[in-house]
Amino acid sequence: MPIPYPDDVGLLRFTTAGSVDDGKSSLIGRLLFDAGAVPRDQLAALERIADRNGDDDIDLSLLTDGLVAEREQGITIDVAYRYFASKRRKFIIADTPGHEQYTRNMVTGASTADAAVILVDARNGMTTQTRRHLFLAHLLGIRHLIVAVNKMDLVDFARAPFDMIASSIADVAATLHTAPPIVVPLSAKLGDNVVVQSARMRWYEGEPLLEILENLPATAGREGLPFRFPVQLVRRVNTPSGQRRLYLGRIESGTVAVGDAIVAMPSGMATRARAIATYDGMLDRATAPQSVSIEVEDQLDIGRGELLVNPASPPTVAAGVDAMVCWFDDEPFAPGRRYLIKAGTRTAVGEINDVVHRLDVATFAPAPAAGLARNDIARVRIAAASPLAFDAYRINRATGAFILIDEQSHATVAAGMIEG
Amino acid sequence: MSETAAIAVTVADHGAPAVSDAHLDALESEAIHVLREVAAEFRKPVLLFSGGKDSTVLLRLAEKAFRPGRLPFPLLHVDTGHNFPEVIAFRDRLVAQLDERLIVRTVQDSIDRGRVRPKHANQSRNAFQTVTLLDAIAEFGFDACIGGARRDEEKARAKERIFSFRDAFGQWDPRRQRPELWSLYNTRLDPGEHMRVFPLSNWTELDIWQYIARENLELPALYYAHPRRVAVRRDTLVPVADVSEIGDDEQIETRIVRFRTVGDISCTLPVESQATTADEIVGEILTAQVSERGATRLDDRSSDSSMEERKRAGYF
Repeated sequence: MPIPYPDDVGLLRFTTAGSVDDGKSSLIGRLLFDAGAVPRDQLAALERIADRNGDDDIDLSLLTDGLVAEREQGITIDVAYRYFASKRRKFIIADTPGHEQYTRNMVTGASTADAAVILVDARNGMTTQTRRHLFLAHLLGIRHLIVAVNKMDLVDFARAPFDMIASSIADVAATLHTAPPIVVPLSAKLGDNVVVQSARMRWYEGEPLLEILENLPATAGREGLPFRFPVQLVRRVNTPSGQRRLYLGRIESGTVAVGDAIVAMPSGMATRARAIATYDGMLDRATAPQSVSIEVEDQLDIGRGELLVNPASPPTVAAGVDAMVCWFDDEPFAPGRRYLIKAGTRTAVGEINDVVHRLDVATFAPAPAAGLARNDIARVRIAAASPLAFDAYRINRATGAFILIDEQSHATVAAGMIEG
Repeated sequence: MSETAAIAVTVADHGAPAVSDAHLDALESEAIHVLREVAAEFRKPVLLFSGGKDSTVLLRLAEKAFRPGRLPFPLLHVDTGHNFPEVIAFRDRLVAQLDERLIVRTVQDSIDRGRVRPKHANQSRNAFQTVTLLDAIAEFGFDACIGGARRDEEKARAKERIFSFRDAFGQWDPRRQRPELWSLYNTRLDPGEHMRVFPLSNWTELDIWQYIARENLELPALYYAHPRRVAVRRDTLVPVADVSEIGDDEQIETRIVRFRTVGDISCTLPVESQATTADEIVGEILTAQVSERGATRLDDRSSDSSMEERKRAGYF
């Protein structure tokens, strides 16, 4: 096994997306196998299966093939999480299936990902499904996009089909006003350019997939944004010097230091940070994504749901928000229905006032919307019963995201991204 | 299979492990965030604590989330009655040290009341825990059970949410899981339903041992190398104990072993090891080639899908 992270560059979460036969399971299996992350007993199980089926080689795609229901139907349900470590870092893969429900699953997997690996079959080129995946990755604000052009062995490792795909991918990125993805030609089945540089595609000057993933900047970006601290819990602690009130939470972005001015939103109460406490001791300064307890100078009635922020760069406070939503529920959206809006640690009652338009995830063009059905993505206007404090999702994922919960069925009916 | 050779690359190439643990900060912060969400959003949560390594890590994370105050939930141990005595002693010592409340419910009690009927006295009681656990949930009205399960343990767990919904019968339905987006957890329940919450979902066995080393956590001694009488069965070692099924013709030897998982004695197997500290175990894991459950749990071997079947029925 490789020795994980002697020079740890930080945890990387990435999601994978592909159509049904793009070889996504094989790619993940290959990544785990060539990185040495497959235990001996699991390999032995694959060898037994290969023997039983009379195959020469083990089927690496079986490594990620989970539940009985899936094996019976030969499909993948839902999002599965995989873990492996290379020499440089720990990885968390959110593995999302590419068939029915792809929008819901990909949105779920992408919501926590720093990077996305989108698979394309070298023989088929760019498909409608690829456009959907690129769009969703962009919509979910994934910073690093990688397109893996798989099955290069089936096009004789030739440059021309790859170049064609790379250029149409660049066109789509331009349409979306996003940075062009890294495009890598590979063969998951044979291992070319997955972990090891391919000797059969000398024309490719980039790095193999694993190296690309190892070199991406870590979780990143959040510490450079303004300070945001959703209060999860208030605890009162008795000490010899009297009762202290601690605000427990995780710094979602930015930095806070003892003495800093702080405003609680949406209430607008202003104070200063008196102390930053952790189990391991008091801190002068703390940075995202640390979980800490903050004590403030004034006795304020701050509760769960308030957002502690830096007053120099406050969030927007409003009861009405414009947002993109991805509808998850089997039941279509019903006008006038009340939903719970969960944003950060705040949960408010609200409703969707207006479905402005749907987005065609293949053409990216607005389309008229009568309603919202499962897997639809639409621009909506939401009215909450009480004000929310938020940032635009494209600027701050943590304070710009929300989910909608059906008050009666308790289903998570939609994922939302605030436009600002 | 020429590819298999590729696995062996490595250890020789890199020499002694020089492992960084910066990623542990991210995992720790996520787990603390999850524990605080549980405390804020549920009426009556409970933390499942067995004295094993994962639940001991979980307990330290709970301290990190809530100290200097008390933990906002009691601890619950579902005792199979087939536990290693030193693990029970460790459990009680740690709970006393932390001055927290521990509730113990026993599988024996469920047997005595006729809730479960073992076929014979030494049968593994692992699966029976489900009944005892669901009874305890009903008895106390717990609406959230925090557990130390990890997604890297098993295929079925890899698909489970951090906040995992259970219906009124305690069942898990993999096809009807709630989508889990960002760190926005849907915690809404109807009466009788409950949530299982897994703050260590994204941790691997390696992360757990690195954390134990970093935090200097005490564990039951059987996690570290010690001499033990075992029956040698092909590639596995079966500990000799009152409840283990050892045939008369089996060869008993004393080997230097440690346990990677510590559950019901009748289905927990040790591995040969020289590691006497958490750091040495980290080193061994980095070179180990057998998965944690594959090596050490008889209960997962019965079929390729046994964990999934037990989880559907309400098992942890």
